[in-house]
Amino acid sequence: MTPFGYARAADRADALARVGSGARVLGGGTNLVDLLRQNVEQASELVDVSRLEGAIRESDDGGLLIDASVRNATLAAHPLVRHRYPVLARALLAGASAQIRNMATVGGNILQRTRCMYFYDVEGARCNKRQPGAGCDAMDGFNRYHAVLGASDQCIATHPSDMCVALAMLDAVIHLSGPDGERSVPLTDFHVLPNATPQTETVLKPGELITGVELPPPSAAVTHSEYRKVRDRSSYAFALISVAGGLAIAEGRITEARIALGGVAAKPWRATRAETALVCVAPTPDAFLAAIREELVGARPLSGNGFKIGLAERTVVAVLGALAGARA
Amino acid sequence: MTKLQNAIIGGVRAVLGHVPASWLPGGTPDPLIDKRVSLGGQQSRIDGPDKVRGAARFAAEVPMENLLYAAFVHSTIARGRIADLDVSAAEAAPGVALVMTYRNAPKIGVPPPIGITNLKAAGNHTLPIMQDPEIRWNGQVVAVVLAETREQAEHGAALVRVRYDAAPARTRFEEGKASAYTPESMLVERNRLDKGDASRKLAEAAFTIDAVYTTPWENHNPIEPHAATLVWREGKLIVHDATQMVHGTAGSLANIFGLKAGDVHVSSPYVGGGFGAKGLWDHQILGAAAAKLAGRPVRVTLSRASMHRLVGGRTQTEQRVALAADADGKLKALLHHGYGVKPLHSVCDEGFSLTGRSLYASESFDVVQHYVDLDLLANSFMRGPGETPGTFAIECAMDELADALGMDPIELRRCNAASRDPVSGAPHSQNAMMEAYDLGAARIGWDRRMAKPGTRREGEWLIGMGCATGTFPFTRMPGTSVRITIDAAGGAHVASAAHEMGMGTATVQRQHAADRLGLPLDRVTVIIGDSSLPFASFAGGSSQTASLAAAISAASGKLATELMRLAGNDTPLAGLKSSEVEFADGGLRSVEDPARHESFASILRRSGRGELSVVGESGAPLEILKYSMHSTSANFCELRVSEITGEIRVDRLVGAFDCGRILNAKTATSQFKGGMIMGLGMALTEETLLDERTGRIMSTSLADYHVPVHLDVPDIDVLWTDIPDPRTPLGARGIGEIGTTGVAAAIANAVFNATGKRVRDLPLTLDKLI
Repeated sequence: MTPFGYARAADRADALARVGSGARVLGGGTNLVDLLRQNVEQASELVDVSRLEGAIRESDDGGLLIDASVRNATLAAHPLVRHRYPVLARALLAGASAQIRNMATVGGNILQRTRCMYFYDVEGARCNKRQPGAGCDAMDGFNRYHAVLGASDQCIATHPSDMCVALAMLDAVIHLSGPDGERSVPLTDFHVLPNATPQTETVLKPGELITGVELPPPSAAVTHSEYRKVRDRSSYAFALISVAGGLAIAEGRITEARIALGGVAAKPWRATRAETALVCVAPTPDAFLAAIREELVGARPLSGNGFKIGLAERTVVAVLGALAGARA
Repeated sequence: MTKLQNAIIGGVRAVLGHVPASWLPGGTPDPLIDKRVSLGGQQSRIDGPDKVRGAARFAAEVPMENLLYAAFVHSTIARGRIADLDVSAAEAAPGVALVMTYRNAPKIGVPPPIGITNLKAAGNHTLPIMQDPEIRWNGQVVAVVLAETREQAEHGAALVRVRYDAAPARTRFEEGKASAYTPESMLVERNRLDKGDASRKLAEAAFTIDAVYTTPWENHNPIEPHAATLVWREGKLIVHDATQMVHGTAGSLANIFGLKAGDVHVSSPYVGGGFGAKGLWDHQILGAAAAKLAGRPVRVTLSRASMHRLVGGRTQTEQRVALAADADGKLKALLHHGYGVKPLHSVCDEGFSLTGRSLYASESFDVVQHYVDLDLLANSFMRGPGETPGTFAIECAMDELADALGMDPIELRRCNAASRDPVSGAPHSQNAMMEAYDLGAARIGWDRRMAKPGTRREGEWLIGMGCATGTFPFTRMPGTSVRITIDAAGGAHVASAAHEMGMGTATVQRQHAADRLGLPLDRVTVIIGDSSLPFASFAGGSSQTASLAAAISAASGKLATELMRLAGNDTPLAGLKSSEVEFADGGLRSVEDPARHESFASILRRSGRGELSVVGESGAPLEILKYSMHSTSANFCELRVSEITGEIRVDRLVGAFDCGRILNAKTATSQFKGGMIMGLGMALTEETLLDERTGRIMSTSLADYHVPVHLDVPDIDVLWTDIPDPRTPLGARGIGEIGTTGVAAAIANAVFNATGKRVRDLPLTLDKLI
C-alpha cells in the first residue's frame, strides 16, 4: 500500500471538487482498500463519500431514488425495496457477508472490480486490465469464474456484483455528476465489455461521481421476480452463475419477461434476446430453454468454465419455471 | 527414513511380541479409568473467559518497546536465481529501518528436521534460508523489510525491485510422476506391503472394484495467522510465538543461530488454531535474523497470502484402490497405490497408504506409495495426515464395493471388521468399530436410506445418505515431562511446556491432576506453553493428551514416594509403603484402611517444607509396537443435491467415535465437530489453486480458498463408545485428528446415494455433478 491522503467529503460539492482534482472515491472500502493494500491500485488522495446523505425515497413517477452512499444492508432491508423490487433485496442479500454489506455502498458496489486472481496478483501474474498489453495469465490458467459472454482476447474477467444483476434487470439508471454537469446512464450501458481496452470498465468520465441510482416504477414482471445465485459454497462466494428473472403472464401467455445474468461477463448481462423470444409465448420449460439458448448462442467456453453455459440454461429455466408455476 | 529404521522397528516389534504385557507401559490398566470425579464431565475451558474478553494475549499482541514490524517480499518464480536486487527505494521509504536480503542476512543454519528421533527439532524443510540468491519455490522470501509500522513495512516491501534469471522448474504433478521416488518407510512403517498374493486374488475374485481417487492441494487456514514477536537480549533470543512445538522451536532456533539450547526462550501460551500448521517455518527464523541485524525487537504477522506462500499444506494425492471380495463381501485383496508430492527438501510424510493396513481383515494386501519431487514449498502435516486423504480413497472404494455386491455398506464393514491387526497379527489394545457404526446408524436413522441411488427426492433436490469409516493411530510421545508442585496449603500446580491451540489441554489435564491427586478442581492449576517449563513434545499426531497424562501419572507416583518420605514416622500413614497408599481428600491415605490419612498441607508443615516439587516423564511408548492401537469412527451424512445446479447441501453429519474413554465431554465434542467441519470443507470446497505453469499459489485469500461458511455446516451429532483402552493412560486415545478422517468419503458416498453419480475427485464442486 502506498501512502495516501484521506478526506471526508463535507458535501457533494466538496466530493466533486476533490474528485475533480484526482482523488479516488472511497465508499465502504470493502473493495478499494483491498485493492490498495495489494497494490492493484494506487491513490494519492481518497475522498470518503460514505457519510454523505444516504436517502432512499420514492420518485415522482412512483419509482425509487437511491443515493450512492446508501449501504447495501440498508437498501436490502428497506420496505419499498422488499415489497416492490424483491429481486433487488434478494440479490443484495446474496452478496458478500453481513459485515461487508453493512459497510458497502451502492456506488461502490457498482464500481467494484473483478475478482480474477491474476488481476490481484500484482507481483506474480500478468494482467491486461492492470497493465495494458502485458498479457493475460487467466486465459490459460484458472478461469472457472470467468466470462463466457462478451470476453475478448485481452480479458476474460467477470463483474462480480449481485446487486448490479438485479439493477440491470430493473432498467435502473445511474445518476452521475461531474465537471460538465449531471447526466444519467442506464445501468446496462454503464459497464463496458473489455474489447481491446480491458482497463476501461465503465463509461464514467474523469472527475465524475456516481450520485445515485433510479429505479423506474415496478412493472408486473418486476413485482413478480426472483434472484437465484449459484456458487461454490452457501454464502460468501462469488456467483458462478446468477439469474435475476421476472415474469408477467396473462391468459396463458407471457406479457413481459425480464432476465439478467451474473457471473457470465464483464458486465451484468441483460438477456434481451431471451426476453424478446419469450414475449407472447406460453410459459413452458421448452420455451424458457429455447429463449436462453438464443441468448447464449454467442457464449464461448474457456478451459475451465464450460459448465457455466449449461448451468446458466438450467438456472434460467428453473427460475422462470418457478415464477410461472407460482403465478399459475 | 531408511531400511535401517525398518530393520530396527521390525526387530523391536518382534521382541515385544514375546514380552509380557504387564512389563510394558499400560500393562496394568490405569486405575483412573474407573475412578473418575472430574474426568468425563462437561468442564468448560479454563482459557475460555479470557479469550472471550480479549484478555488472552496472542503472539502478535505482546507489547514490546522499540518494536519494528516485518513485511516479506516473495519470489515470483519457482526456480532460478536473483539477477538484480534493488532495495534503495525501500530503504529510503518512510519509516523503513532495514531491508534484509541474502546480501546482508546473518548466517542462518538449516533447521533440523522435525521427526521422532530429535524432539527438539521442528524444521519443515531443509533448504537454506536467505543465504544465497537461489530461488527454490515460488513464494520464497527474498527480502524482509522492517519498519516502524506494519503499513510502512508493507509499503517498503512493495518498493523492492527484483529481477530473476529463471531456470526450468518442475511444477507439474503429472510430469513429476514419471520420476517419482519410493521411500523405504512411511513414518514408522515399512512403505511397501505385499502380503498374500493380492494380484492373483484381484484377478480371480467374484467381485472387484478398481478406481483412482484424487484429492487436491489444501492449505492451512487457522483463524490466527502465524505470528511471532522476537527480541534478542544479551545474546539470548526470546520468541513470543504461535506454536504447537515450543521446545522444538526453541531447540531449532538455537541450532540455527549457533546458540546453547537454553539461550532461546519460546513462549506460546495461546495458539489460535494449529492443525499442524503452527510449527517452525521461515517467518520466525527470518524474524530472528532481522531482529539480530537491526538490533531491535521485531514483530512478524503473516498476511493470509504470506501464510499460503510460506506455510506448507497437504499435498495433492492420486490414489488407486482395488478391492476384491467374494459374494458374501469378504475381502480377498486390498490394493492401495498412489502418489503424493513430497519434495526432497520436505520432511513431512503424507502417509495415505497407511490407512488401509489396519481397518479390514483382507486376506491379502498390496500397498505402496510414491512421492513426486517438485520445486514447490514443502508440504506439511495437516489434521489427520495420511488418514484424511487415505480414508477418502479406501472408504469410497468400500462404498463402491458394497454397491457392486448389492450389500448394505455397514454390513460390508461388519463382515470385514478385523479382530486383530490384519497385517501384523498384533492384538488390538481395544477396538469397537462396529459399536461405533451401530451408534451412528441409530442416530442418523440409517434405516431410512434407500439402497438404490437416486430414488429419494424433494422437489429439485435428490436426497442421499452415506457412511464411511474414519481412523487414526494412537501415539504417545516419550520424554514429555510435567512438574507437580504441592504448595503449603496443599494445592497442586502442574507445569509443562505443552500446548493450547484451542482444544482444552490445560482444562483436561487439570481435571486429570485433580482426580489423580484426590483434589477438588479449584485446588489445581495448570501452566503450559513456555520453554522454561519442563520439556514436552509437540502437540501433534493426536499424542499430547496421552503423553501428558503418562507424565502426570509418573509424577504422581514420585510425589507419593516423596510425600511418604517427608511424612516420616509421626503420621497416621507410618509404616506403610508408597504402594500401599493412594491419593484422596487432598492427601494420602491407606488403601487398606481409609481412616489413616494425612493431608499434603499437614505433611509439608510437619516437615518444614514450604512446597514440594517432583518431575515425572512419559516413558518410551513400547505399547504401540506390541499392540495394534487405532481409533476408529463411523461417519454418517445425509445431504441434498440440486438436480438443476449440482449444489450440495449437507443436512446432517453424525460422527460416532471409538477413541477409548472421553476425558471431557464438552471439549471433546468441540474437537470432534471441528474436525468434522474440516472434513466437510475438504469434501465440498477446499482446494489450493496451484498454477502449475509457474508453481504459484493463486488462492491466497479466504475469498478464493473456500473453507466452509456457517451456512454450509449442518447439525452435527457426536457420539462415542466410551470404552476404555486398557493400555493407555486414563483409558483414552487422542482425538485431535480422527474427526477429519472419513468425513469426505461419507459425503461423497451420500452424493452417490442421492444421485447415482460417483465423483472420485475432491472437492465435490457442482460442475462435477451437472
